Amino acid sequence: MNLITSTIGQGLLWGILALGLYLSFRILNFPDMTVEGTFPFGAAVCASSIARGADPLLATLLALLAGMLTGLITGLLYTKGKIPILLAGILTMTGIYSINLRILGKANLGLLNRPTLLSNRLLQNLPTNFPTIVVGLIFATIVVFLLAIFLNTELGQAFIATGDNEKMAQSLGINTDRMKILGLMLSNGLIGLAGGLLAQNGGYADVNMGIGTMVIGLAAIIIGEVVYGDLSLTARLVAVVVGSILYRLVLLLVLQLGFSTNDFKLLSAIILAICLMLPLLQKKFRVKQLLQKGIQKP
Amino acid sequence: MTLELKNITTVVNQGTPEEKTILKQINLKLQDGDFVTLLGTNGAGKSTLLNVINGSLKPSSGQILLDGTDITNLSEVKRAKDIAQVFQDPKLGTAPRMTVAENLLLATKRGLRRSLKMRGLEKHLAEFKEKTAQLPNGLSKHLQTFVGNLSGGQRQTLSFLMATIRRPKLLLLDEHTAALDPKTSQNLLALTNDVVSREKITCIMITHQLSDALKYGNRTIILNSGKIVLDAYGEEKKQLTEEKILEFFTN
Repeated sequence: MNLITSTIGQGLLWGILALGLYLSFRILNFPDMTVEGTFPFGAAVCASSIARGADPLLATLLALLAGMLTGLITGLLYTKGKIPILLAGILTMTGIYSINLRILGKANLGLLNRPTLLSNRLLQNLPTNFPTIVVGLIFATIVVFLLAIFLNTELGQAFIATGDNEKMAQSLGINTDRMKILGLMLSNGLIGLAGGLLAQNGGYADVNMGIGTMVIGLAAIIIGEVVYGDLSLTARLVAVVVGSILYRLVLLLVLQLGFSTNDFKLLSAIILAICLMLPLLQKKFRVKQLLQKGIQKP
Repeated sequence: MTLELKNITTVVNQGTPEEKTILKQINLKLQDGDFVTLLGTNGAGKSTLLNVINGSLKPSSGQILLDGTDITNLSEVKRAKDIAQVFQDPKLGTAPRMTVAENLLLATKRGLRRSLKMRGLEKHLAEFKEKTAQLPNGLSKHLQTFVGNLSGGQRQTLSFLMATIRRPKLLLLDEHTAALDPKTSQNLLALTNDVVSREKITCIMITHQLSDALKYGNRTIILNSGKIVLDAYGEEKKQLTEEKILEFFTN
């Protein structure tokens, strides 16, 4: 039971990262590698602010702003500097590593005995892991709600159109460079926020905690899509969060088979590879029907 | 609306061995309501001319005036307020992962500011239903369909409606029926003619079909190796024959 609740809480928090990635990866069609720098950047900014005595909520918001800043940098490199998006992201990610070391002052900063959002008095009486679930639910709900509204505004529609057909968007007078920068800022802002929340949840920030985050986020998006199929945009955002939880459950299951946590990244990569190949496998083995059955009958 | 091109020259690959002059000192003035059919062999510079007018390509020298205002340095995005386009490829003019209604909604705001206001799709549905009902190939039944699931003909008809739903000062059609089957192509051309004449939209239409060039519009322009070799207007255009046009195609 403890394992399951811990998994759900983790899944919700990682779901915020997946939502951020959804904006760049799915809506803009960008392989944005900035993610792997943004995530530890958000964590580092949040953890070091708390360590310096900042209010946890303020520190969390700073993580969001820090993420938006990295998105802005990648966006400017890509649109104004004409650097391909993959390389622009890698450049930002690489540069941030040094910044993270400076912010943390060392490779790893612990938050032992420091106040965090999860150590809030209101949450302290809840059973183990439930503070994470509550905080995760609150933030995931707010993010899904605000994103759903944004994507249905005139500006949001212009943003979607930019990712869907840039040439058309321009011919309709949409400044696509501005939309891409906006998208990357929103995307990385959410990823920074997820970094800050997960740092508080784990009780530390580490310069290397970004490695593999892209795979985790993509796996959540793709599992959500494979399980739910065609959905409206708003429902799709919820599916991403659910996908994130499902992914955590799959990982939990695999770890129960006796793999060590050192194998985590390898397993993550294998699970994502399988998920990506699912449409191919589906035709042969009708996997989708099986998965849907598994969800309908708990 | 008047459009004026003054001494437009475009050079590609400037300073390299592949340097090539596409448009050579083009001078052209369109009057309000002109419907121009633009002809020319491949490589004559037709698409380049359209790209210079829509702003996606900057001329190497020369000046473009729209209603007397110099727009030479305005980007394609800025010009979108006044200029609408339909491309040859049906995929280029529409967003596949958005619905027909969402595409139309985007087009109603062509060139206008897009803010954080809610998009208000429902308010427009009745209007979209009515507008699409007048078109061939049953688009009105597909307002909530993702455009990626439509046929090429439906997508191109939608592109055309999107270009004209908010009346442009100038409409640019780059062989917009070339990718369609003959029947669909004729339907869309007839629709184009209807809308352009009824709303008196100034329009340039590139075509490869000599018969269409003769049938539609009040003016025919032929480009050959970057120069205007024929500009037939009114009565002169009516006297044109396919044989006469072909004479202008030879180098």
